[in-house]
Amino acid sequence: MSVDTPVRPDPEAGDRPSLTVTTPNARRRALISRIMSGALFLAVMAAVTPLAILLWQTLSNGWGPFSWEFLTTIEPLSYRETGGGYLHGIVGTLYMTGVAALISVPLGLAAAVYLTERPKGRYASIVRFFTDVMTGVPSVFVGLAVYALLVSGSGGLGLGFGTLAGAASLAIIMLPIVVRSSEEMLRLVPGDLKQAAYGLGARQWQATFKVTLPAAAPGLTTGVILAVARGAGETAPLILTALGAREVVLRLTGAPQADIGLLMLDGFRQPFEGGIERAWAGGFTLILITLGLSIIARMIARRSQI
Amino acid sequence: MATSPPTTERRSLKGSTRERRGDPIFRAILMVAASSVLLILAAMIIRTSIEAWPVFAKEGIWGFLTGRQWSVGTSRSEVTGTYGALPFIYGTLLISFIAIVFAVPLAIGIALFTNELAPSWLKRPLTYTVDTLAMVPSVVYAFVGMYFFRIEVWAPVGQFIAGTPAGEVPFLSGPVLLSSYWSAANILAIMILPIITAICRDVFAQVPADEKNAAYAMGATRWEVMSKIIVPHSFSGIVGATMLGLGRALGETLAVAVLIGSTRDMTSSVFQPGDAMTALIANTFQDAHPEAIWALLAIGVTLFFITMAVNITARLIVARVNTRVSGGAVA
Repeated sequence: MSVDTPVRPDPEAGDRPSLTVTTPNARRRALISRIMSGALFLAVMAAVTPLAILLWQTLSNGWGPFSWEFLTTIEPLSYRETGGGYLHGIVGTLYMTGVAALISVPLGLAAAVYLTERPKGRYASIVRFFTDVMTGVPSVFVGLAVYALLVSGSGGLGLGFGTLAGAASLAIIMLPIVVRSSEEMLRLVPGDLKQAAYGLGARQWQATFKVTLPAAAPGLTTGVILAVARGAGETAPLILTALGAREVVLRLTGAPQADIGLLMLDGFRQPFEGGIERAWAGGFTLILITLGLSIIARMIARRSQI
Repeated sequence: MATSPPTTERRSLKGSTRERRGDPIFRAILMVAASSVLLILAAMIIRTSIEAWPVFAKEGIWGFLTGRQWSVGTSRSEVTGTYGALPFIYGTLLISFIAIVFAVPLAIGIALFTNELAPSWLKRPLTYTVDTLAMVPSVVYAFVGMYFFRIEVWAPVGQFIAGTPAGEVPFLSGPVLLSSYWSAANILAIMILPIITAICRDVFAQVPADEKNAAYAMGATRWEVMSKIIVPHSFSGIVGATMLGLGRALGETLAVAVLIGSTRDMTSSVFQPGDAMTALIANTFQDAHPEAIWALLAIGVTLFFITMAVNITARLIVARVNTRVSGGAVA
């Protein structure tokens, strides 16, 4: 639908406007349109280039040190030494993300069901608003708050640094994402389906569990996976809640937990080749986890269009 | 879309007691879950404020916000140091502002290109690429920023700017250091680009096709339709997107912590190191005494209220535009 050549009545042709004559003004406008289109394309390039560099740097530097050894051993005591790996970090990241998902997904889904059952309710709109606000809370503040609430002994629960505190901070970050994406998916379920269920005598909880949730399942899964991917890639709040460890930690509380991001931070801020190499491999692992999850999420989303 | 098939077994039409009791319980559970969001938010802000109170009480809220000296005490029970957060607040606001200046025009350009110019086969990959940018963990941004971008791109560009006549202005004067406000602002610009772009795309898509087609029918060029119909029509949406991006930039931690250089003085040039609120928290927490942790909590509370003000304004603006922009993939 390109109409880049406006026309003006041709004075030579009497009353009949000529469709072939383009005035200089029209040519100028068409040229400006071309130039600006080119500028917009450059803007796109300006966004794609950093992404390409980012991925290329991580892949090319991380591919070498990424090995079986990296996945199955823990880091040597000195950053100078090469070899070793991030087993403790990978375990910690997956562990904390998993626990966080166990907390935030059921809670978030239930909140989303509440919001869809009462699309116009006053309380629902307050909850919706503050859920949106919560997506904007800085992750490092979540870390501080979980530190004050759960980790610190004075006034808090005094659980100490560890898996549970880290998982709680990730859960708080994931919760609003789960709520809002699930609500959006649940809203797409045709009202007819639910009405039919009620018509057959289903109770509200039956209609929800047997009709609404299954109907929206693929979309819900997509939202949940994207939220989990975000949680897995989050490091800042873990500085204040998981603290970091140098061995594989399986305890839920009582011992600081390791995390890929934390190990990377420690590794690449030291001027030693071995630590930096492992950090690249760690970045490669994190990218693999988060982008892998988001690709899976997109594939599920594409297969199901309600 | 698979709904569960109707159960084949025949049952009495009379509901069981168990099923009848189900609904009130079910509704109560939903209610509690929905309230959990509010409770968590309230618990976080109340608890941190209480913990940080001794610091605010000693310095005074205004004194804390405008003090320039940050010297940490080592007490376990009382506030003995001096805590002035101005250098960190200044750094956070400065780099976020520069990031917004860079990111917003780019985001608008990308959204316009994706919606209006790109051939249809290119739209989906473009959308995915920008959304992928949002999925990359921030520690990876920090790492690549430290080992590639600041050395190969930002410092040379900064060097160039400082070399031109603009370098006479103190704000843009050399020497150009690798870790600086400038590097932190640049990485922030890349990091907040996806969310601004995503919202702009949604907002632009809401412009009525009739208005666009009417303009085309009057002989408007593509650029004229974009600049005179789409952008003005979406103005408040763009403002909302900008505010959300700003909120993101204010709260971003690791990339800033690694790239800003962490010095306590407010240097006048953007090419020199400084510090930011999030960076201070992330960089000093692990070695902090109890007293210093209260001070960090005070910084955190300040940061929380600044980002909340920005975010709530943004949400109200975006909600008024009545677009269905929400915490989806790039939230």
